[in-house]
Amino acid sequence: MIPAKFEYVRPGSVDEAIRALADGGDDAKVIAGGQSLLPLLRLRLAYPELLVDVGGLDELRGVTDAGDALVIGARTTHYQLVHDPLVAEHCGLLAEATETVADPAVRHRGTLGGALAHGDPAGDLPAVVLALDATLIARGPGGEREIPAADFFVDYLTTSLQPEEILTAIRIPKLGPGWGYRYEKFHRTAQSWATVGVAALTRRDNGSVAEARIGLTNMGTVPVRARAAEDAAAGAAASREALRAAADRADEGTNPPADLHGAADYRRHLARVLTGRALAAAAGL
Amino acid sequence: MAEITVTVDGVNYEDHVEPRMLLVHYLREIVGKTGTPIGCDTSNCGACTVLMDGQSVKSCAVLAVQADGTQITTIEGMANGALHPLQRAFHEEHALQCGYCTPGMIMAASDLLRENPHPTDTEIREGLEGNLCRCTGYENIVRAVRRAAQAGVSE
Ligand SMILES: Cc1cc2nc3c(=O)[nH]c(=O)nc-3n(C[C@H](O)[C@H](O)[C@H](O)COP(=O)(O)OP(=O)(O)OC[C@H]3O[C@@H](n4cnc5c(N)ncnc54)[C@H](O)[C@@H]3O)c2cc1C
Ligand code: FES
Ligand code: FES
Repeated sequence: MIPAKFEYVRPGSVDEAIRALADGGDDAKVIAGGQSLLPLLRLRLAYPELLVDVGGLDELRGVTDAGDALVIGARTTHYQLVHDPLVAEHCGLLAEATETVADPAVRHRGTLGGALAHGDPAGDLPAVVLALDATLIARGPGGEREIPAADFFVDYLTTSLQPEEILTAIRIPKLGPGWGYRYEKFHRTAQSWATVGVAALTRRDNGSVAEARIGLTNMGTVPVRARAAEDAAAGAAASREALRAAADRADEGTNPPADLHGAADYRRHLARVLTGRALAAAAGL
Repeated sequence: MAEITVTVDGVNYEDHVEPRMLLVHYLREIVGKTGTPIGCDTSNCGACTVLMDGQSVKSCAVLAVQADGTQITTIEGMANGALHPLQRAFHEEHALQCGYCTPGMIMAASDLLRENPHPTDTEIREGLEGNLCRCTGYENIVRAVRRAAQAGVSE
């Protein structure tokens, strides 16, 4: 189908984009890669009157080394992240998960900022930035503010971004020595969304796991941390049995959806099994 | 209406388009490149795949205004006097039945081979994961891409 009519502007800077959004009011929307928004417009599930295209803004693009963290511009594409040497070195989980997003053509256009701002709990990257303890940086008419990933995802397809705010960058703490990671995604076909996904990080200390962080994809209306399993894994022996026991608590406190791809119980089961696998792989077992 | 300048298969076009016009509609209806089909409403099938500045994109998931200033290559720009080696390989390996997915498959495959001139079968399958075929069962498509790779296509 053809989208409903809208106006389109391509601002030359982030500040110009913010002004265009503020002038456009509630009916204005940012477009970056368009890989989530254009399918919605085509199905006429969204009717913005103004699209503000940030796709050409180079100030929002690229990965920079900020000492103890990487700062990733919001319109850095999935394709760039998968191939970026800084991401590979300091934050490999992001590259590993991004490679499972959609397909090569979508990854050429889709951006990290768009994937997060879309706020889809079935998207792979929200749970990943949650597990990585990332901070999202937004700019609006009142200036810049920092939003911890844990406060960013508010509800299904809803984030704490204000309508006239632009997500400019994502800051991700570098993983130090001893950290390992794994993104486990269960899906029915190659390009489909995760039925359940698990992003796990562990810090090994000799024979045990000192610390674990686990983000869950599609286990609620927002991406969630598996806190009970994290606590159980911290201090556990670095063995498959011990980590599987910790993973048995992965679905505690979750409220997974039920749909054509799986009942809620089935998703709980998947979350436990995938968390066990992801923890073991992250711990190098 | 917005004014755009786009190079399609080596020819420069300047046109006025509605912002809501999708690149695939621009290519088919304004430029006349009907070699690029539309197969779905959800940007899943990959039939509409073209190259935008050398990289594969689904032309139903790009606005024509977003293609302003870019170079687009469609299936119609692949043959250069003779069939492109990928087109020949698809023909020789029976990699199509109805042919609806073929333009997208060939464009996605050309992007894959540009980046990875000698892919394994698994890499070929992953490179084409965004392109659906309802007819062939994919076996002969993988074989055709392998054959084109062996013949040394890298663009
Ligand atoms: C066939 C297909 C399969 C897919 N499969 C997967 C998958 O398996 N896993 C997965 O995670 N995703 C998947 N996706 C979605 C894909 O990851 C999108 O690329 C991504 O979600 C959106 O990025 P974008 O830049 O294209 O955003 P857009 O579509 O441009 O925008 C998405 C939303 O974010 C807002 N937005 C974008 N950028 C900003 C910004 N800088 N500031 C404020 N708001 C902003 C827009 O207003 C819009 O609401 C798939 C998409 C397709 C078409
Ligand atoms: S028509 Fe573009 S992906 Fe199906
Ligand atoms: S040949 Fe018919 S869809 Fe592929």
